[in-house]
Parts: sequence; C-alpha cells; structure tokens
Amino acid sequence: MLVYLIRRLGQSLLVVVVMATLVFLGVYAIGNPVDILVAPDAGAAEIARVTERLGLDKPMWQQFLTFAGNALQGDLGDSFVYGRPALEIILERMPATLELTFVALVLSTGLGVSLGLVAGLWPESVAGRTIMAGSILGFSLPSFWQGMLLIMVFSVMLGWLPAGGRGDTVEIFGGLRVSFLTWDGLVHMILPAINLTIFKMSLVIRLARATTREVVPQDYVKFARAKGVSRLRITFVHVLKNMMIPVVTIVGLELGSMIAFAVVTETVFSWPGMGKLLIDSINLLDRPLIVAYLMMTVLIIVTINLVVDVIYTLLDPRVRLAGTSA
Amino acid sequence: MNRLYLTAAVAALALGTQAQAESLAIALKTEPNSIDPHFNYSAVNIAPLSNIYDPLVESDAVKKPIPALATSWTALDDLRWEIKLRQGVTFHDGSPLTPRDVVYSWCRAPLIENSPSSYATFVNKMASIEIVDDSTLIFTTKEPNPLMWSDLSQIFIISAAKMGAEETVTFGAEGCTGMGEVPQSAVFSDLGYAMGTGPYKVTEFNRGEALRLEAYDGFWGDKPDYDDVTIRTISSDGPRVAALLAGDVQLIESPPIQDIERIKGEGFKTTETKSARVIYLQLRQDMTETPPMMEAEGNPLHDQRVRQAISYAINRQGIVDRIMGGYAEAAGELLAPPMFGTTGRAVDPYDPEKAKALLAEAGYGDGFKVTLGAPNDRYVNDERVAQAIAQMLTQVGITTDVDATTASQFFSRRNKLDFGMFMAGWGSSSGDTSSPLNAMVATANKDIGAGGWNYGRYSNPVVDEKIAKALVTVDDAEREKLLQEAETIALDEFGILPLHYELTVWAMAPEVHYEPRSDQRTAAYLVEKAE
Repeated sequence: MLVYLIRRLGQSLLVVVVMATLVFLGVYAIGNPVDILVAPDAGAAEIARVTERLGLDKPMWQQFLTFAGNALQGDLGDSFVYGRPALEIILERMPATLELTFVALVLSTGLGVSLGLVAGLWPESVAGRTIMAGSILGFSLPSFWQGMLLIMVFSVMLGWLPAGGRGDTVEIFGGLRVSFLTWDGLVHMILPAINLTIFKMSLVIRLARATTREVVPQDYVKFARAKGVSRLRITFVHVLKNMMIPVVTIVGLELGSMIAFAVVTETVFSWPGMGKLLIDSINLLDRPLIVAYLMMTVLIIVTINLVVDVIYTLLDPRVRLAGTSA
Repeated sequence: MNRLYLTAAVAALALGTQAQAESLAIALKTEPNSIDPHFNYSAVNIAPLSNIYDPLVESDAVKKPIPALATSWTALDDLRWEIKLRQGVTFHDGSPLTPRDVVYSWCRAPLIENSPSSYATFVNKMASIEIVDDSTLIFTTKEPNPLMWSDLSQIFIISAAKMGAEETVTFGAEGCTGMGEVPQSAVFSDLGYAMGTGPYKVTEFNRGEALRLEAYDGFWGDKPDYDDVTIRTISSDGPRVAALLAGDVQLIESPPIQDIERIKGEGFKTTETKSARVIYLQLRQDMTETPPMMEAEGNPLHDQRVRQAISYAINRQGIVDRIMGGYAEAAGELLAPPMFGTTGRAVDPYDPEKAKALLAEAGYGDGFKVTLGAPNDRYVNDERVAQAIAQMLTQVGITTDVDATTASQFFSRRNKLDFGMFMAGWGSSSGDTSSPLNAMVATANKDIGAGGWNYGRYSNPVVDEKIAKALVTVDDAEREKLLQEAETIALDEFGILPLHYELTVWAMAPEVHYEPRSDQRTAAYLVEKAE
C-alpha cells in the first residue's frame, strides 16, 4: 500500500511539473498584459514602469526561471490586477465554490443513485423509461442555456428565487464565510446548485442504472434471493453496495472537474467563486492568477484521484488485497 | 402566456418596491479591483469609488467641470493655480477636511507599489503643492496645463490622519515629506481605511459579491435619494438583464442592444447618451512597402485617395441602423460634437461609385486584398461591425477579410503593428479632442508622449505643431481653435477614419431614474427616485 502510494505521489508530482510548464508557456502566448492593464490615456512612461514592475521586459526563459524558482518555494506570484498574492485571492474565493459543489455533489449522487436504481430494477416500467429519457435531456442541455432558463422561469416569471449573487453569509470557524446557514444564502444557492446538479445527476443515473442491471443477474443476488433474503435487503445491501463502486470512481473524478470548472454556472448566476475569477483573469491577462489557478486545479484533481483510490479499497476488498501484494 | 408573465413580473416588482423603499441595488459590468482610490487608474474603479471619495473637481453628465472639494480653481499665471477648499466638509469619521489631506492624497497616489495602472501620470505634471491657509492651496504645474480641472478631478482625497501622516505634509520639487509610513492598498481590507468625504460610507466589500454602502449623514452636498445601496457585478450580459427583470437589482449598465426592446416591453426604462468614445479605422500609411496582412502592390494606404475611397465605401448610417440597432451615431469626428475642440464637420458620405473612381485614379482599379483586424468582445457588436465594413469594402473592389479576436489578443497584436488596417475605439477621458488627437493623430514620439496610439502612423508636422501648442495653451478660445484646425487637417487627409459614436445605455426599474452620463459612469449617488 505504501509503495503504491509513493508511486502515485511521484506520478502526481510529475503531472504538476509538466502542467506548470505548459500553463506558463500557454499563458505567455496569449498576449501582453500591459496592453490591457494600463489606461489608454496614460503615457509611455507609465507603460514602461508597469512593464518593468511586472518583469515583462526580461526574456521569456528568465521569466520562466523566476516563476519556477518562486513556485518551488510556494510563491505563485502577485496578481497583476489585484497586486496581491495570486494564491491568496484564489483561496478567498474557494469557499464559495466548494460550498456550491458539495451541495451539488450530494444532490447529484443522492438523486442520481436512487433514480438510477429504480430505472435499473424496473427498466421496462413507465418510471424507468421516464427517468432515462429525463437523463438524456439532462446532459444534453448546455449549462449556460439551462441556467438562463432556470432564471427566466423561477426568477423572472415566477419571482420565487433570486436571479443570482450569493446572498447573506455567516462566518464560521473564525472567518470562513458560508451561505448555507442563512435562509437568504440558501435561497440564493438553490438555482446554481440545481444547474450544477442536473448534468452530473444525469450522468450518475445512467451509470447507476447500467451497473444495477449488471449486478442484478449476478449469482450472489440470485443466491440471496433463493436463500429467502428480503427484497429490501437484497436491494440495499447486495445490489446497492456493489453498484456503488464505479459510481464512486466517477463521482470522485467529476468532483474535481466540478470544483475546478464550475465556471459556467458561476458566471450565469454571478456566484462569487473561483471559476468566475478564472474567466475574469483570462480576460485581463492576469498571468500569475491564471497559472496559480490552473496549478491548484491540477493539485485538486490529483488529490481527489488519490482519495478515490483509497475509498475504492474500502468498498472493494479485492482491490485492497491486490494493493498490498503489489 | 406573455400577459401572465408580465403580470407576475409587475406584481413581484410592486412587492419588491414596498419592502425596500430606501434601498437600491445596482449591477455593474466589471468589478473594481480595490477600494483603495489610488490603486488603479481605471474607469472601472472610479465609478463605484466616486460614491465614497471626492476629488477636488468633479465632472457633470456632459463632461463639464463642477466644484467638488474645491469651490474654485483659478489660474494665477500659466503655471500656478489657486484652489479654494470647500469649508465644513468632514470625512466619514467626522474629522474635518484640511489642505493637509489634499497634499497627502496627491503625494500618496504615485507611491502605490503594485498599481496596475498608476495615477502617477497626473501627479507627475505637478511641480509643487503649497498650503497657503486653511482654505487655500497653490498647485504649480511643470508645463502650462489647460486641462487642469480634468487632472484635479482624477485624484480622490483621503484622510491624512487616518493614513498615519505626520503633522506637516509637503509636496515640493524634491518630492513629498511628512508622509510617514504610507499604507499600501492591502490595508483597505480593513474598511476603516476606505474613508472619504463622499455621499456614502462602505459597510461591506466582498470581492465577487457586492460592495455595500450606507448614506453618510454628514455629507457636504445633497443627500442621495437612497440610504442603502448594494453594488453588484454581473459581467455576463444575459444574467445582468435577468437580474433586472427579476427585480434583484433596479439599475444595470450596458444592457445588450438586442435586449433593449424586450426590457422596455416589460415595463422597464432605458436612458442613453452619446459616449465620449468613437469607433474608428486606422490605416497603416507611413510605409511604401506593403504593410502586414495585406496583398497589394506597394502600400495602397499610403495614397490619400485610397484612404478616401475606403471612407466613402463605408455606409456608416447603415451600420448604425442595422447593426447597432440605432444605439450609435454616425461619426464625422474623433469626438462627438458639441464637445470641446469639435467642429461639427459632416460625416463622410456613402458613395461607392466615387470610391471606385478614386481607387482607379490611384492605380488600384483592380483592387487589392487586406485583412481588417478587430476585437470581438470589447466594443458594442464590434465583430459584426467589422464584418459589415469588410463587405462594403469588398463591394468597391478591396477584398477584405476580418480577423476578429478577443480584446487581450487583439490589442497585443495591434500594439506590435501587426495590422495594416484595424478597427478600435477611443474614449476621451478629458472630454475634449486633445486626447484622441495627441494619442492617435500626432506623430508617434515616445520622448514627448505623443502618438502613443498612432498605429496607423499618420504624420503631418503642421498637425503635430498645432496639437503640441494646444496642449500647453491655457486660453480656451485659442486652444479650441488649434484643436479644430489640427483635427480638420488630419481628417481632410483621411489620416484616421471615424465610424460611429457609441451610445451608452442604462436600463432601470420604473421607480428609479438615472441621468445618462457621457463618461459612462454608473454611480449610486446619481440615482434618483422617479417622480
């Protein structure tokens, strides 16, 4: 297990390094940030000052070495736009994104697994067919359009829910601001959470249905039934536990991308998370912020993959055994 | 369906109004990156911060100076200006405004280390600022400065005491003294530092969420109509409009033109005005060899007749009517008349026949090929305007492709002179033609700060001389004459082709009113209750 973990960590590190290089080169190619930052009516002296301050007058390899050196010490640079450490700004925005994604994660897994189970157990029933049809719709709708539609229906036409923003927040653990503990915050969270949920839920439904269909004809299920185990117990112990294995893997992987790229939902609902920050930074060519963001994304996804592997071993003893012998 | 929808919206609105009679929510397109008034010189920051801080001089809706913290500014001679400070003004903590605060603020502005775009440009024009008595200051400029009021309007005044300045602060030839330890922008995360003399106090600033303001009872001017204000940022157009329609906010800036009919159809209002921004074409004309992204023999744009042909080939009114939905005005100058320095010159006619004749006369009867560069997310419908121009030029024989990219890409490439022909926009911050003339028409010369945006490389020494003279002429009548002459020559030679002036639009709920401003500022203190 330890060897396995070390090997995985090594691989992860390599991914991070390769990613850092690619991201830096990519961002470098986009354009010159000074052209965007400096007000048009500022003089040439101001342009020269900013160029020098940002270190953009140096050759590219030198800029890269400076970046790499600082990054090794955990310093990803100061944001061009905010003039503060890029990482600090991202971390400031992170709780909002995490909060939203976790709500969406719980909703999409909970609903997805139950609906998928129903569709898998009774594939020919009206309910089963409706669920499957709905799930196709769910992941075919473009997120942006779907979000606008939710706003038009629930905010503009019905006037039930706010069209965007985060609403009231409370501080917990001395400084961490969350909205799910206030009524106003919760109300603001409903639409973006639903928007983020629909796609993932559809994915989980399809996956859960397929694995349920696979698990049901298995010998151990038949045997349990022959033994006279109650239908409820078969469903929730034998079927559910076994079908969860692929679901956990996929949900874990999707969580990473959900945290990192909740961009569209955050933009539509002006939810003040990290994704929105990324879009704004790209538009302003805020190189350190873009790089720091992508680096962090890589770290998050790599970490989640590791965690998923560990959970996997807990769910499936065979993986644990294989891991120990390796 | 539609009716039901409307009734629901109106009902929701009515409820909303009742519940929050004194509070107001505004949605902006872009968020300020700091609430330190000296951090970043950008209109994005100035608009929301103008609720909190005051400069010495303010500009009104049509870019004319109005007194703010200074009650008067009088030229004693070419270089020295006497500023009379308003009496009885207090900061949000109740402490009185003194000349020391003015000197301190002007001293601090260029000292912000991580500023993405610094106010140093304005401060560096000053040689010294002396305190004469409790209500009088003398500003001495390095060069005669006809636009002194505009420069005075740029620096927001903050409290020297709050920032930890010493008893005496001076601004002289050798720089500033008595500044103490100058707090950098980071300290503004403590909102206590965000203290000005403006109509509103900051109560909350959460990045990406909202800036919340509360009316300041001791404000020196007219009390604003709304006590509690929330300024949100919704950068995407669709969601911003939806927030207005849903009643989340009562005022939004720049609604997309294609949605305006719909917004009005649902009982909301819009106001609009000509902005100080002109959309123009620049043509690379200095070189005799073929410019980049063009296929022709030599450089056709070097020939004035070809430039004239291009101008005559463009149906400006057609672009305004069909692509801009009427929310623009065909342009004949670099700034919309009747602003300072404009002549009221007629818009170039749309005359494709004449254009073809001119091309033939110049030896390009068979046309040539060119790529028109343009941004696709910077100006209103920019890419579509560029496409239309390309079609119009193609019709007279100049085969034109469009290369439209995101603004950050486009500006970087343009600044490297990658385009033979491109479309962009210029907003005059000073509200007179000296700004576009000096930036885009004067011969590019880094040493004197002229022609910094002259990427067409138009050059005429006569024009240069007039512009340079206008920049240091304090007498308004003479200066206006010089600016008018310079602009007329440059436009007669088709050195730059103005296309249209953008209109700036605001959309709002029926219960509020916003007077449109040519500087595009959206500020809470200017929002009125509708009668």
